[in-house]
Amino acid sequence: MSFGKLSASTLAIAAVSATAAVAQSRENVQIAGSSTVLPYANIVAEAFGENFDYPTPVVESGGSSAGLRRFCEGIGENTIDIANASRAIRPSEQEACAEAGVTDIIEVRIGYDGIVFASDINGPDFAFTPAQWYNALAEQVIRDGELVDNPVANWSEVDASLPDQEILALIPGTNHGTREVFEENVILAGCEESGAYEQLVELNGGDEDMAEAQCMTVRTDEAVVEIQGDYTETLNRLQADPNAIGVFGLAFYEQNTNALKVATMSGVTPSTETIASGEYPVSRPLYFYIKGAHIPVIPGLKDFARFFVSDPIAGPNGPLAQYGLVSDPELAQVQQTVEKEDSMEMPN
Amino acid sequence: MTDAQADGRPEGRPANSILTPTRRMKRRKAAEKRFKLYGMIAVTVGILALVFLLTSILGRGLSAFEQTMVEIPVELPAETLDPEGNRDPAEMQRVTTFSYAPLVADALADVIAAEAIEIEGLEPSDLGGFISQEAAAQLRNFVLANPEAVGTTLEAELLAGGRIDGYMKGRVTMETAALDSNVSVEQLRLADALEEAGYLKTSFNWDFITAPDASDQRPEAAGLGVAILGSFYMMIVVLVLALPIGVAASIYLEEFAPKNRLTDIIEVNISNLAAVPSIVFGILGLAIFINFMGLPQSAPIVGGLVLTLMTLPTIIIATRAALKAVPPSIRDAALGVGASKMQSVFHHVLPLAMPGILTGTIIGLAQALGETAPLLLIGMVAFVREYPDAPPEGFFDPASALPVQVYNWTQRADPAFVERASGAIIVLLVFLVLMNTVAVILRRRLERRW
Repeated sequence: MSFGKLSASTLAIAAVSATAAVAQSRENVQIAGSSTVLPYANIVAEAFGENFDYPTPVVESGGSSAGLRRFCEGIGENTIDIANASRAIRPSEQEACAEAGVTDIIEVRIGYDGIVFASDINGPDFAFTPAQWYNALAEQVIRDGELVDNPVANWSEVDASLPDQEILALIPGTNHGTREVFEENVILAGCEESGAYEQLVELNGGDEDMAEAQCMTVRTDEAVVEIQGDYTETLNRLQADPNAIGVFGLAFYEQNTNALKVATMSGVTPSTETIASGEYPVSRPLYFYIKGAHIPVIPGLKDFARFFVSDPIAGPNGPLAQYGLVSDPELAQVQQTVEKEDSMEMPN
Repeated sequence: MTDAQADGRPEGRPANSILTPTRRMKRRKAAEKRFKLYGMIAVTVGILALVFLLTSILGRGLSAFEQTMVEIPVELPAETLDPEGNRDPAEMQRVTTFSYAPLVADALADVIAAEAIEIEGLEPSDLGGFISQEAAAQLRNFVLANPEAVGTTLEAELLAGGRIDGYMKGRVTMETAALDSNVSVEQLRLADALEEAGYLKTSFNWDFITAPDASDQRPEAAGLGVAILGSFYMMIVVLVLALPIGVAASIYLEEFAPKNRLTDIIEVNISNLAAVPSIVFGILGLAIFINFMGLPQSAPIVGGLVLTLMTLPTIIIATRAALKAVPPSIRDAALGVGASKMQSVFHHVLPLAMPGILTGTIIGLAQALGETAPLLLIGMVAFVREYPDAPPEGFFDPASALPVQVYNWTQRADPAFVERASGAIIVLLVFLVLMNTVAVILRRRLERRW
């Protein structure tokens, strides 16, 4: 084999690959996004592949923000069709989408996910309120009318009713959609509940945004560990340090009830029922976003979306609910949205 | 003399005998002993770490190669599976797996009744979770492939549920089941009773190696088929591209290129490239192959191209070392009898350098096989259930890869996936050991010394 032949064959291979790539059109639905939605998307993709003639969709993880960023890269077969998100799309993201030509976005709410607080199975029981979490985790708290660095180090210092255990909270990192919900539904709610919010507004001379930001700033000392990875990482940390209290999705807890003990929030035990009824306060909707422009091009895209929100899948007795998703009480409305391909309105 | 007597030298030997250890000599010998000890400690630490790693992986993962199966007769009623009665697969396709799932639970209930198994507190809902949800899909595929089987009773071999499988393997116990929301103690008692009656069998799990990945609800059905194929396709791409390019580049640089500023810069940069973190190649791959060239996402061709870029420096460095090791006398002799420069290289130098080149290539491939980070950005870290087609079209179909499968499984919530992930690590290690063994054998067989 000579050098000339070698380079010629290399070029030939490169040429063949390039032409083949152009000639080929994608047959599978391509999905990326939230790791919270991932198991549900996997379950639906698997059932979809089993029951339809279309190939099983390819589902990637990577987080809500990364998924939406890729979703907004543009239109075409080498961009994704569906972005999973554990939070609603932000106006800024929608604008980025529109700039890249992705104007036709269909928002599909698949159900609700509870956020639970769990500790080691052998540890003491915890019964929390949002106010206690605020007092334990806020970076600065008000003592005698002045803002001071949070001095508490033990749950019993936060509230005498809590067990005598060092504060060590494993909370999701800022790359997770869960973090936003945690800050708003637990920390900020606790801030308001404990009355600290009003005092902060007063201290800041009526600046509500400032007070809100101060409420939601979580301390960064050794009492808090931000988990960048998945819930499995939180679980591993928790098993290594039995003092820790971790933030998990309800579905993850349901799969690991033999290792975790769940805490009540404001006296309510988290379960699909209490979340559906709204009694359990910390939950958030889960979404996926479809690129409208891809529906006529990618085979099976609409069928997949329709299948995802159909009653046997996303309904209260479907496999998703079995895995821990709180099914959407307004599922019929969501099904209508998918059927009519109703796009979202652009933010002004 | 007073000095010599102080170090205890016996009378009658010369002051400078090497048989008489001086203080200096003792110090040097002690230093040597200490150094040997350090070396032994280092080796022991290494071996201990390896033993610990292997035992923990083998301990957790070996059970993935066994699977609990439930052998029960399943009725295939015509009225639910073929409502039209035409035995037409196209029509029967409309019956989804949701209609098949109750058949499995009914079949189990029939067996319990026939064997007169009585378990206190066993709920009808417990039967559904006893057998894997994959069973419904297995049945449906069977019925669609054999429409005439509708209306008969099938002796089916179905996957047991993940927790039941865990119980048979000792991972799940009665104590953990009591706390576990996904399995009840009654289900485990039922497993004991069925095993006694001979319905529950554990056999070698070929599906773990051939089946595709399964969703988070079916750890018992998850396999490595797509991942192994994807890794294999990528290795083909890497081999086909990296070997010729790498060897051609190194032959030119080593034998033909003039030694000047430019070739020096190239040389330094090749060495630099070898040390670039692999994720960087992923970013590059995303920008060039997917965004610019428009190649599909999650495809082994893109993975292969990215890994080629990553492997090239390794191959070039190894090849150049192998070429350098061929003594100049060989070249001189060839040139001396009138061979052209190219003839001397291709007839004499390259064959002699071949063992080194092959070893370098195989080690580069082994490195590429274990790489996950660059695949993250090109969409190969994904849930893929469809087998890619045969090459060359298959290079463009979505696929996963072995290390990616390990990564994916470690992130799943169900603890049963820990076993699968460790099993996948074992498979990956077996491949790596095989490749490295081939490299060692080739080197032993073909190597020539001067």
